[in-house]
Order: sequence, then structure tokens, then C-alpha cells
Amino acid sequence: MSLYELKIQNLRKMYSRRIIFSGVTIHFSKPGVYGIAGTNGSGKSTLVKIIAGLLIPSSGTITHILNGKNLPEDQSINLVGFSSPYLNFYEEFSALENMKMLTGIRGLVPDEDYLNKLFDHFHLADRKNDPVKAYSSGMKQRLRLIFAFFHNPRLVILDEPVSNLDNSGKEQIYRLVNQKQTESIILIASNDDSDLALCEQVTNIEEFKETQ
Amino acid sequence: MTRQIIAVFKKDLLSEIRTRYAINSLVMFVVITISVILFSVGNESVPADLTGGLFWVVVFFTAMSGLSRVFVTEEERGTTLTLRLLAKPAVIYLGKLLFNNVLIFSMNIVIAILYSAFFDTFVIESKEIFIIAFILGNLGIASASTVLAAIIAKASSKGTLYPVLSFPILLPLILTLINLSKSCISGTSFEESQVSLLILFCYNVMMIAASLLLFDFIWKD
Repeated sequence: MSLYELKIQNLRKMYSRRIIFSGVTIHFSKPGVYGIAGTNGSGKSTLVKIIAGLLIPSSGTITHILNGKNLPEDQSINLVGFSSPYLNFYEEFSALENMKMLTGIRGLVPDEDYLNKLFDHFHLADRKNDPVKAYSSGMKQRLRLIFAFFHNPRLVILDEPVSNLDNSGKEQIYRLVNQKQTESIILIASNDDSDLALCEQVTNIEEFKETQ
Repeated sequence: MTRQIIAVFKKDLLSEIRTRYAINSLVMFVVITISVILFSVGNESVPADLTGGLFWVVVFFTAMSGLSRVFVTEEERGTTLTLRLLAKPAVIYLGKLLFNNVLIFSMNIVIAILYSAFFDTFVIESKEIFIIAFILGNLGIASASTVLAAIIAKASSKGTLYPVLSFPILLPLILTLINLSKSCISGTSFEESQVSLLILFCYNVMMIAASLLLFDFIWKD
């Protein structure tokens, strides 16, 4: 399997004149589960959004390295899987239609066997043809997790992965994270102790706070 | 990249078929506007010159009532973030542009048919030139409307901002189209219309090129 690394260098984010974090430098050089911890409003979600390419940092760089080569931003899109409670799907479509359509927009061909396995894993198989608008908040969260893993990304970013999940849902995501940790870099942004217990290394974002 | 653009277009088309966000407002607008014109005209015959101008006025306001939906619905449903994870900004823009083109072409063909049916004086002498102007005009309206829709989608007063921003940008296009339509109704040659057609062509090239360059900045926070 190809070797993927993620380098975060000297990252700084400001909203107007308020510094969210500054000088974030982390190098993820091998697959595993890594945590980003911090209190509410400390900038965990902002950091993972920047890593996923959803936000532009005020300064600093994010480098995706595949087999020793730095990838340009547009080529790293399909290397990243992302799940977050603020991620929404098209409610007029079923969960299955959503996943197939979104994979098509990625320019990939959906692997239906793997998709069905994921629906089974998250106990959504019998509801996969229901429109997303009929889903509960916990079911929507499970769908977000399927979305994050479905295209076999090398970097999986899970922002608050157990938000809205019941105990069975938590057990399902922890089991999947354990299965995938040898293949992908899994980045968990959370306050939950049980989420952070999965991580071999936890970075506290509060360490990068800078007072003006 | 082409496959991705088509996937964005297919997603929007299927979504429109199921939700009818844009089609309903476009159809209602066309029906109401043409009815109001017919009521106000009464039994009088509308001068041929005027029908050409009124045609593009209906087209402009119809576009204003429906074409912004392509980005506004993404923002309202909170799916913008999901799309941003999936593809390069240019893919999203071109997919949405394709969808808006299909929408505006279909709508304007309906408007043209209704116009021909209800206004006796709306008779085009130079049909070939009108068809070229119609195609270039629709492309121009769709390309300008798509990028403006992306800009206003993030604003709080979308309904007001869209026509206000669109008017100065679409004005050169609409004025050229109105003049060209008048010439087509009274009969014109290709040589006489060449300059106007070139203006429309250049407008499209400029608008699509500028939109592709700007869209990266509009799309990302």
C-alpha cells in the first residue's frame, strides 16, 4: 500500500483580530488514530476544517504527501474523508442515492459491496432506501460516518464522531476505527474521553493559543 | 473532470425534479408576466418593435426569479460544505452552469412559444440570426446568473441582492439582445448583425472566464 503522510506546518487562524490558534506544527507520518482535544470553542473544528481544505488558514501550510511526493490541493481531495455533525446530505434523496451521487461527484465509481457492508455495519441496511429527511439525528450521524469512510480515504477526519450516537452506534464507530487504523491516518477531534482513549497521540489545541 | 461535471448536473436535475424549487417559480413567473402584459394590452395590437423588447424583459426577470436557486438551496440546506469536500470549485461551477443553461433554455423556449401564440406582431423575419442571438443570450444570462447566485447565496437578503447585482452586469447583454431582436423582427442580414453577435459572443467568453477565475474565492470561506 502507498505511503501517506500529513504535514501541518506553522498553522495560524485568525477571525478578524482574534487568534484562534497559532504555530500548530504536527507531522502524521504513519497510519494510526490521532486525537485533537480542547475545550468548546478552542478551535478543534476550525483546525480539522483547515486540514480538510474547507477553510483557508491565515498562515501556515497543510501538505499531503503520497509516496514521498507533495500533492497539490486539488489532487488531495479524494484522499480525505470527513465527518462532522454540521455536514448535511440531500434530504429528498435516500441514503443510498446520496452516497452514490456524492461518489460520482468525486469522480469515482461506487463500490456497492463495500457500501452495503458499511450500511450493515452501521445498522442502516434496512433503511438505506428511505429518504434522508426521514432519518433521526443518530441515523444521520451514522450516514456521515459512512460518507467519511466510503471512498477508502488515506486521511479520515472525524469531528465529534459520537455526537448523537447511542451506545450501539459508538461501539460501531470504535470498531471501524480499530479496523481502519492500520490503513489510514484517522484524526479524531473530540472532548469525549472514550473517543480520545482510542488515540495513540493526542494534541491539545489549547497549547497553541496565543494571547495578543 | 467531465464525468464529475455531469454528476453535479445530474444531482441538481434529479433534485429539481423531486423538489421543484426552481421550476415552479419560473413557470409561475412566466405565466403571470405574460398574463399581465396581455391584460394591460387588451385588444390593442402591440407594435412589433415592442414585443422584441418585452420578450427579453420577461426572460431577464424569469431568470432572476429562478436561477439563483442553484446555489441558494445548497446554502439553505447546509450542503455547501458537503459539495466542497467532493470536487474542485471549477467542477461545481461548471456543473451548476450546465444545469442553469438547461433550465433557462427550456424556460425561454416556452416563453418564445407563448409569445408567438399570444402576440400576432411577434414574427421574426431573420430567424437564423434570432436563433444565434437566442442561444448566445441564454448562455450569457446563465453564466452571469450562476456566478452571481454563488455570491449572493451567502448573503442574508438574497432576494433583493440578486436582481440588484444582476442588473448592471446583465444590462449590456440585455440591451444588445433587445436591439438585435428588433432588427430580427424587422428583418436584417448577417453582415448587419455581425457586431452585435460578436458582442454577445465576447460577453459569454469574458463572463465564463472571469467566473472560473473568481469562483475559487467565492466558493471557499
